[in-house]
Amino acid sequence: MHYLPYGVAAWIFCVGIYGAIVSRNLIHLAMCLAVTQSSTYILLLTIGYRKHGTAPVFKGFENRTRGVDPVVQALTLTDIVVSVTVIALILALALDAHRAAGTVDPDELVGLHG
Amino acid sequence: MSRRTLRGLLALPALGVLGAILAWGASGLAPFGHFHGFYGQLLNAIALPQRHTTNTVTAIVFDYRGLDTMGEELILFAAVVGVVLLLREAGHPTQQDIARDRVHSEALRYFGVAGAALVVLVGVWLVAFGLVTPGGGFQGGVTIASGVVVLFLTAGYRSWRRLASEHALDPLEATGAAAYITLGLATLIAGAPFLHNFLGPGKTGTLFSGGSMSLLNWAVALEVAAANLVLYTEFLQQYVVSLVPDTGEE
Amino acid sequence: MIAVVLVLAALAATAVALCLDPLRQIVLSGMYGLLLVILFVVLQAPDVALSMLVVTTVAYPLIVLAAIRRTRR
Repeated sequence: MHYLPYGVAAWIFCVGIYGAIVSRNLIHLAMCLAVTQSSTYILLLTIGYRKHGTAPVFKGFENRTRGVDPVVQALTLTDIVVSVTVIALILALALDAHRAAGTVDPDELVGLHG
Repeated sequence: MSRRTLRGLLALPALGVLGAILAWGASGLAPFGHFHGFYGQLLNAIALPQRHTTNTVTAIVFDYRGLDTMGEELILFAAVVGVVLLLREAGHPTQQDIARDRVHSEALRYFGVAGAALVVLVGVWLVAFGLVTPGGGFQGGVTIASGVVVLFLTAGYRSWRRLASEHALDPLEATGAAAYITLGLATLIAGAPFLHNFLGPGKTGTLFSGGSMSLLNWAVALEVAAANLVLYTEFLQQYVVSLVPDTGEE
Repeated sequence: MIAVVLVLAALAATAVALCLDPLRQIVLSGMYGLLLVILFVVLQAPDVALSMLVVTTVAYPLIVLAAIRRTRR
């Protein structure tokens, strides 16, 4: 349990990369990259967790010394919103490739054609 | 064997090595639950007395690390510009395509509009109370965008286009991004540090507890909501273009 | 409790990455996203859970389904 979250994050990272390597479809590849990115969120949040800690929102609370780390939460929440647009950019590239070559299979998209 | 299976078999030992390196790196971290970082504990203790905001995470996003938020916002902006440029040539829906995307159920349409209004209200509430309870510009912005897109799902493409046209959304998104940077530059010109909290801390627990953090909050919410809506516009255009005539397959 | 949710999230991520049909994958990714929301709530991160919830139930399925539809014709 002491190192399980880090192991889970590493596992999800490697599984996402493996899925991207053996992908047959550019859209499937984009979703695998999203899975890989989510493993970094898990890693960040579990690094900042403190045992018996509370959420870093202190409305009506006096004791503020036992909260979990708020800095990693700030990093993660902006990253989640931004990752949508980046994955959308990858999907737009996939749509462009489909328009030019008629296929979204990465194995058939080799070579540059004029 | 095909190239794909060969790639997969070659990838497995390489990923094993990667996993071993990650595991070795993770073993140097503190065990789960025993975080010793000083910065986070310090911010937890001083955010409330110093900035009068009860939500420490929002105070970090808009005040203590406001510069990073500006960078993230500009990533969002640049990615949306990229998507619009790529999908601009990909075909626009004709009147025939738009006419095919109709929702046939009246009940769905009326309840959908009510539901969309409710979700947008929740989004605005999340933005407004972001400094007091969990919420903030980013969360509220995506919620507002998802509320508006419910209109597409329940009322058809034409109704949605009336509300979310590109002529309205592009200036809104640019305004949101520019407002954040302008607020920062204004304080710089006035002699204070960039993105300094010029309105001062307010009364804890009210909507204006953060000073100029509230302004940055609303700027980010505007930009995130408009950027997401532009994204949905581009992709839904592609969806409507690809609808086939009513031969039973939709 | 946290261990159970973490292991479930790992299993769900494996399912998402190894599912080759994009249409099924987006459904699995919705479930994976909801599991992550539960994980974030259990890890005492309500802000992160809010943004992940909206993103994974509305934003991702919308853009991926539109892309699948367009590349299938």
